[in-house]
Amino acid sequence: MKMKEKIFKIITYSSSIMTIIFLLGIITSIFAEGIPIFKEVNLKDFFSSPNWHPTCFPPDFGILSLIVGSFLVTLGALIIAVPLGIGVAIYISEIAPFKVKEILKPTVELLAGIPSVVYGLFGLIFVSPLITNLLGVPIGLNIFNAALILGIMIVPIISSMSEDALSSVPKSLREASYGLGANKWETTIKIVLPAAKSGIFSSIILGFGRAVGETMVVLMVAGGAAQIPDSLFDPVRPMPATIAAEMGETAIGTPHFHALYGIAIVLFIITFVSILLIEILRKGKSIK
Amino acid sequence: MVEKKAHIKTENLNLWFDNKHVLHNVNFPVYDKKVTALIGPSGCGKSTLLRSFNRMNCLIPTCQTKGKIFLNGKNIYENGQDLTQIRAQVGMVFQRPNPFPKSIYDNIAFGLKIQGKNKNFIKEKVVQSLKDAWLWDEVQDRLNASAFSLSGGQQQRLCIARALANQPDILLLDEPTSALDPQSTAKIEELCLSLKEKVTILIVTHNIAQAGRISDYTAFMYLGELIEFGKTEQVFTVPKNKKTEAYLEGVFG
Repeated sequence: MKMKEKIFKIITYSSSIMTIIFLLGIITSIFAEGIPIFKEVNLKDFFSSPNWHPTCFPPDFGILSLIVGSFLVTLGALIIAVPLGIGVAIYISEIAPFKVKEILKPTVELLAGIPSVVYGLFGLIFVSPLITNLLGVPIGLNIFNAALILGIMIVPIISSMSEDALSSVPKSLREASYGLGANKWETTIKIVLPAAKSGIFSSIILGFGRAVGETMVVLMVAGGAAQIPDSLFDPVRPMPATIAAEMGETAIGTPHFHALYGIAIVLFIITFVSILLIEILRKGKSIK
Repeated sequence: MVEKKAHIKTENLNLWFDNKHVLHNVNFPVYDKKVTALIGPSGCGKSTLLRSFNRMNCLIPTCQTKGKIFLNGKNIYENGQDLTQIRAQVGMVFQRPNPFPKSIYDNIAFGLKIQGKNKNFIKEKVVQSLKDAWLWDEVQDRLNASAFSLSGGQQQRLCIARALANQPDILLLDEPTSALDPQSTAKIEELCLSLKEKVTILIVTHNIAQAGRISDYTAFMYLGELIEFGKTEQVFTVPKNKKTEAYLEGVFG
């Protein structure tokens, strides 16, 4: 028995250590391969130049247009997904009768199970021609398309986590509100939503992190042009799409190779900060 | 008992959760400006009965009610009653203090705000309610602090103040001291005695001594039936029913 306990402890302990090693390994490798780009281009130019011409002579390694592309696509996705996701969460948690809830919840979660390449195909085959035909813009693969698809993709992330937050608001708070003469609407908006706000913010940040890092969709439907866009219907080249599209064609150890790793560092830092924010929100809640 | 006024009374109240018959033909008056205690062993239906007075049980989909409860001569179980208005007329305080995650001020102003009262009126009422609930001296200089910064006993008095702000006809207390220390409990008991000048109080309690200390009338319930109702001294000293006597002597409970 003693022996068994010991083995069990060692197995679980080494699993935890292993994940930390993986994480450290990934961090070290992207920083080791990314830092050398700053011998070719200084930090300021890297972030502030909109010219991304990695294969020209001499090459330009400015990622501003890639950052702007990522930012706009993600912002658009959040504008679509936040109201939709929170709306779904409120309906499931507060309004839907039990039977509807039983069907709706797994259905929304099914959205999260669709592979991103399938989302990409949907954007490519269905949404893109719809945009060109309906709106008369020349290119259907653009910010709008990518934001729309990414937005649909992160709805289940936002809705299921927000729904958890809403459902875990204690029944006693609702009863207190009803007891004072509030109706369902007033109780939901004035009591339940504010009480769940840290969970809801966490869900939005998580959705943001997912949208920023999502590669396949933006590779397929964002259009791929490394430029500062003039309109919502211009193509862009978000950061993950750049890495995925170019890494295969790049010789190891070249400045271009290091520049792609440099982009990976930026992506890593963005995700890291968003996860940190979620942790801070969680801590803040438990202190209260 | 005939000389007392009872604006609130139940008539043949029956209640089911699914097929479970929880309340059987309950008939009893709640006299004005008196404290009435509901006592009985766990699961006897006393909390359910209490929650019938503001139709809180209606939040549970499987709940079915037959019978009447009169509030100022109006049957609150009649069709087409405005639930929110009934609930504003009936204040409720729960087992555990459940302040909203808002400031002390906003907790008390909540009920009045949703009724659309004007700012000055609300301000006046908040101060008055805090004074009535004996909390004013402790919180007057930190009305904007979170309600969670208060102690458990203070939170419960905040919940009482919150209920009082609506100027209810009756205050329902569901074991209000079961989560509190003896000192806070004593304070709430004293508070009840002082409040009955202004509002009718119906209190569910597991604590027989508490019922003896603060109530004017006592109702003893057992297995969903009202076994005995009467003046507290009478119920406690010469109970008419054997079951009441056994419960008060601690034979079961």
